[in-house]
Amino acid sequence: MKGKKRFRLLLNWLGPFLGLILVIGIFASIPEVQGRFLRISNFKSVATQSVIVALGALGMTLIIINGGIDLSAASNIALSSVIIAYAINAGLPPLMAVFLGIITGGLVGLVNGSLITSLRLVPFIVTLGMLGVARGIAKWIAGNQKIDAPFTWVNDLMVRSPKPSWLLMAPGVWLMIILAVLMAVVLRYTVFGRHIFAIGSNEATARLCGIRTKRTKVFIYSIAGLFCGLSGVMEFSRLTVGDPTVAVGLELDIIAAVVIGGGSLRGGEGSILGSMIGVFIMAFLRNGCNMMGWPNYIQEIIIGAIIVTAVSLDQIRHRQLAQRE
Amino acid sequence: MIQNQALSSLLRMKSISKRFVGTLALDDVNFVLVRGEVHALIGENGAGKSTLVKILSGALKPDSGSMYLKDSPYSPSSPLEGRKEGISMIYQELNLAPHLTVMENITLGREEHRAGFIRRRKMRRRVREILDFVHHPEISLDIPVKKLSVGARQVVEIARALAEEAKILVMDEPTSSLSQKDSLHLFEIVNRLKREGVSIIYISHFLEEVQGVADRYTVLRDGKKVHTGSMKGATLEKLIQMMVGKKIIEMFPRVEHKIGEVLLRLDNLKGKRMEAEVNLELRRGEILGVAGLIGSGRTEMLRTIFGLDSIERGSLTVAEVKTTKGNTWIRIEEGLGFLSEDRQGEGLALGQSIIDNLTLSNFSPYSRFGFLRVKKRKKIVWEWMKRMKIKAQDSNQPVFSLSGGNQQKVALARLLHQKADILLLDEPTRGIDVPSKSQIYRLIGQLAQQGKVIIFISSYLAELLGVCDKIAVFHRGELIDLRPAARWDAQSITGAATLGRTGEI
Repeated sequence: MKGKKRFRLLLNWLGPFLGLILVIGIFASIPEVQGRFLRISNFKSVATQSVIVALGALGMTLIIINGGIDLSAASNIALSSVIIAYAINAGLPPLMAVFLGIITGGLVGLVNGSLITSLRLVPFIVTLGMLGVARGIAKWIAGNQKIDAPFTWVNDLMVRSPKPSWLLMAPGVWLMIILAVLMAVVLRYTVFGRHIFAIGSNEATARLCGIRTKRTKVFIYSIAGLFCGLSGVMEFSRLTVGDPTVAVGLELDIIAAVVIGGGSLRGGEGSILGSMIGVFIMAFLRNGCNMMGWPNYIQEIIIGAIIVTAVSLDQIRHRQLAQRE
Repeated sequence: MIQNQALSSLLRMKSISKRFVGTLALDDVNFVLVRGEVHALIGENGAGKSTLVKILSGALKPDSGSMYLKDSPYSPSSPLEGRKEGISMIYQELNLAPHLTVMENITLGREEHRAGFIRRRKMRRRVREILDFVHHPEISLDIPVKKLSVGARQVVEIARALAEEAKILVMDEPTSSLSQKDSLHLFEIVNRLKREGVSIIYISHFLEEVQGVADRYTVLRDGKKVHTGSMKGATLEKLIQMMVGKKIIEMFPRVEHKIGEVLLRLDNLKGKRMEAEVNLELRRGEILGVAGLIGSGRTEMLRTIFGLDSIERGSLTVAEVKTTKGNTWIRIEEGLGFLSEDRQGEGLALGQSIIDNLTLSNFSPYSRFGFLRVKKRKKIVWEWMKRMKIKAQDSNQPVFSLSGGNQQKVALARLLHQKADILLLDEPTRGIDVPSKSQIYRLIGQLAQQGKVIIFISSYLAELLGVCDKIAVFHRGELIDLRPAARWDAQSITGAATLGRTGEI
């Protein structure tokens, strides 16, 4: 019986995984870029570039499994990167600045969660509003320009070749991996994780069974906010400035990653592993397209097409399974 | 008398009253539940049954009256409290999380954990025990619930109630979506629960079932308790009379009708979702009943006839016009009307008004150059509402505010409004109270009298035998037998449906 469940889980991310192999395979087979593409340094580069979206996707996975959505993720990332830059500029020790940035993200998430549960508005609308508000506040704090900040260890979090070279990859990448594993464990092996799925699958039933749905939701949105805050740290590290206009539209990348990875916007389905694969599919895609010298809009068209394909394939698979019963 | 002293009353509800805006839902109702009994709660839709059990569960607070559990006062402030006190509700629309597995659903909200981490092995043992107790060891713990059949899902809900150590189980229309076989299983489980001392409040419109499974019954009518008594010796007529309060209504009113020329013919018709070909010939005025287990292919045939599923081979002939293709709008024009078994999901637009729903399949009388003739529409809908006795305050009311029976009447009215000549009805009286059922049977008889053809899928054998001229039985996707209703009885239909045998009675 346990084997059956593991097999099912295996099948769930097999689809996205094959997609990833396909993407890598396609670019690996194009002679012009083959050489540059299949190099370790390129893979490290892709990994580093994925960190920002990946961290956001960790939180977004929880939200989407729970049946919600967060359109303000990218604005949250921008806001927290601005806060960090501002804090470092103001002379605060970098650790404190980082802390502030993460907390800000968490606060934005807390507000999202509270509004959604207390006003009983659809998450789409609440986070849509927050998208504007958070970005507006970021621009306000930054005085509508980029904030330059003196160099600190924070900037070393996202370098391709890390300082203690035995690390092999940027600290940001390791952080992403550790947190991904942690969240996967939480989702699968804790009561909290079980409740996240239950609420997303059938909120009425969850409430009936005594699950504190409101409290859980607020918690989930807050955690996701913290992840966005952390992502903001990485964004700042990458840019070395606090830019309130950064990451515009990134929430769509984040959501796309979760959906490509098997998350359903109707709730009750999704996985951390799937979302990570989704992140990497898009990252490799962008990487490959850049190497081919294709303009940005080509990437956007391709990614859009992939999202539709991934979801359609998932729907077909579901329908086939249903018919077989 | 001596027996009564020996039995202990587990639950006492005294003088419960509850008023909603405008209506007195419950009027000074007394209800006593004895330990280890199955107590049937009978009454028309709107009689107060669901209000009473909602107060019991804690979902509603009574305006006056009091409740006692084992002689200590019981006044729950939420359904959660009710569950903690051992009162579990199992509703018609099952409350399960479809993506979660059987075990996850059964333990939802009461997971065994150490510092937040789930202790799987411990829970598995307990869940296995419960499933064995209800004699369903075959249900795998790790299947997501959405993959289970309706009968199995219900078992999972019962298992969850047992996991919560329910002392009182309230079952609301438990067999309305179950096959005969699953219903029998359910009764076995009910009996086993009884022996373990669990008390059950059983709400159902299937009076024959209730007679078979309950020890005692309480009849509610218009918010008042009419009678409580022992099931032994209670006859169907007496029960119905108490439910309705007027003189005995005829359950299956017979409307004389003549049989005319052939209107519908299926020649080796096989649709995409049908398992086998079907041959059928129906004349004007004929009422064909279609029996069979859930999943035996009846709905698929009906949907193919109506054009909801595409035709693979064979043909459909309506009034001498043969078709091998077609869509629902063509079928509607040819005079076919379809009533889906999924009344709330497919049959009606719940958020829309009665007017919108009733006229949805036929706008032509109200369309002048594409613009809607609002007044005429409202007037005609109002006439239909009177004709079908649809109880509502205003035709602009959204359909979700109507009772199940009235919702179904709106859906039926829509078919009649589109002037359908051939009516394809899939479980038309499911979940509807007895008097409304009777009204619908009479209506069907009248339609036959007008020369219409009616195909009537139902899992309720009594109504098939009471209303139809001919009955066809499906088994595993195939139409295995079709005979005049007089040459069938409940046993032979069940035999044919479950075993595929087509012996004569």
